[in-house]
Amino acid sequence: MSARVVAGRIALYAVLLLALIPVLFPVYYVFAGTFMQPRELATFPPQLVPTGFHLENIQRVLDAVPLTRMYGNSLLMAGIITVAQLVTSALAAYAFVFLRFRFSAVVFALFLSTLMVPSESTIIPNYLTLSDWGLHNTFAGLVLPFLAYAFGTFLLRQSFRQFPTELRDAARVDGMGHLRFIWTVLLPLSKPTLSAVGVYVFITSWNMYFWPLIMTRTTEMQTLQIGLNSLRNAESANPGLWLAGAALSVLPTLALVLFGQRFIVRGLTAGAVK
Amino acid sequence: MSTSTTKDGRSGGAPPRDRPPRTLLRERRKETLLAWGFLAPSLVVFALFLIYPLGRTVYLSMHGNDIIGRPTRFVGFDHFAELFTADFGKVLVTTLLFTLLVVVPGVLGALAVVLLLESGIRGQRFFRSAFALPFAFSVASASVIFAVFYNPASGVLNGILYELGLGQVKWLNSTEWSLISVSLTTVWMNLGYGVLVLAAGVGSIPREVNEAALLDGATGGRRAWHITVPLLGPQLFFLAVISTINALQSFGQIHILTQGGPVGSTTTLVYSIYQYAFAYGTSDFGRASAQALVLLLMVLCCTALQFGVIERKVHYS
Repeated sequence: MSARVVAGRIALYAVLLLALIPVLFPVYYVFAGTFMQPRELATFPPQLVPTGFHLENIQRVLDAVPLTRMYGNSLLMAGIITVAQLVTSALAAYAFVFLRFRFSAVVFALFLSTLMVPSESTIIPNYLTLSDWGLHNTFAGLVLPFLAYAFGTFLLRQSFRQFPTELRDAARVDGMGHLRFIWTVLLPLSKPTLSAVGVYVFITSWNMYFWPLIMTRTTEMQTLQIGLNSLRNAESANPGLWLAGAALSVLPTLALVLFGQRFIVRGLTAGAVK
Repeated sequence: MSTSTTKDGRSGGAPPRDRPPRTLLRERRKETLLAWGFLAPSLVVFALFLIYPLGRTVYLSMHGNDIIGRPTRFVGFDHFAELFTADFGKVLVTTLLFTLLVVVPGVLGALAVVLLLESGIRGQRFFRSAFALPFAFSVASASVIFAVFYNPASGVLNGILYELGLGQVKWLNSTEWSLISVSLTTVWMNLGYGVLVLAAGVGSIPREVNEAALLDGATGGRRAWHITVPLLGPQLFFLAVISTINALQSFGQIHILTQGGPVGSTTTLVYSIYQYAFAYGTSDFGRASAQALVLLLMVLCCTALQFGVIERKVHYS
């Protein structure tokens, strides 16, 4: 390697590492700040490294808002939505790929067109409907509008179409019913796509903000994301508590991004890369 | 009549031959029923929470309502006429400005990162994962962290400016900076996604293309500019459209960081919908619904653009 190439390489790494600083600094700081004492967080210019692992912020954030309850709410909400969407999407995708019926193409076009509607443009009527049904401030109210979403159907349809027709025919000749075929053959073979859809749906619903904000009234029903904002309003002078709350709230999705990146990439880039 | 039966040869002939078609028909009917049964859960959700609400949004947008939001009188297009006022004009300008401030740096930043990653360095996977990390942060948690950074008296950003000997900035509390601050937070949240999409795009470029380019002596910057960027066209376009749609729908960061202020400088379309419908206790669902329809129109235009171009791309290749 010539000196010029080596110099170029070094410059490249330097630029990349420099670009990483602003990207990773907030990730570092949310955890560093969690362990800082109020005194350390109030110094100017700001201190970047905690003097020790002080756990007061975490303790106090758990006292300030019912964070564990909110954690549970978020988990339950995202969990229900994820499972429901996997079920509704898989059934619909199966109908589109393996069953012949009239208007199949029209219905599929309808499915796709629902993807174009931003949820904010239906949020007022949905709020009114669910309030009319007495479901304001309930779990049912939080999850009902999101039990089906065409994106999952779309991805699973792509995946089911790769499925060898001989296997399908063999199963039919063996007298295997549709549901048993889906459960014992099709879904196990579609695990990568199912995981991609599942991880994607879980992260998006875990992160929902607008809907839980207007659908919940009491802190007992609030999700973690709304709890973070309440924390900020209630403890307006204490950034250590906000950071501790944010750090705790980010742990599950951070784990998903670190360990499930393969699936996230598949789910997220499905529209971009054919 | 008799000729037609012999012609198609299936329905004609002796009575025993009639049976297979009839069971086939029954099978068909069973299959159709099953298909609708499988589609039903999705269709019910779409009908109740997507299609019906769209109609109701149109209905609400043409009605005035009382203090608890019940539609009281038909006002026709009055709410839409109000959209042509300076107040709503400001909301639209803020929305478009915010979108530009988020999409342009976001897409170009992701492109720069991906091109650097593709220039043959070691540890590509490590760097890509590191750049994707902000993706783990929800809108709420990212906003809370940036709220700490933006604190004028103890925040890290003003700390850096102080160390550099520069003046202090009121990040969230001044009309000049508030929209930039909210955009900066959003760019940080979006960068990881952009990097993932473009990196996946680079991965799908056939190896022969790059090898041919290398044989022709195109290296480094020239290869990136003449080969990678043009071949990334579809992904760049997809990313631009998706980022635009997402930016148009941004809400959480505005609600947490600025509440639409100061003096409306960060009141975007979705935030305005929220304010009219839910924030002031006025429940002005009529005005908010008219604005929701404007949002719908904007998002539909972006999506149509995306579908149109993808369609062309398919025909091209």
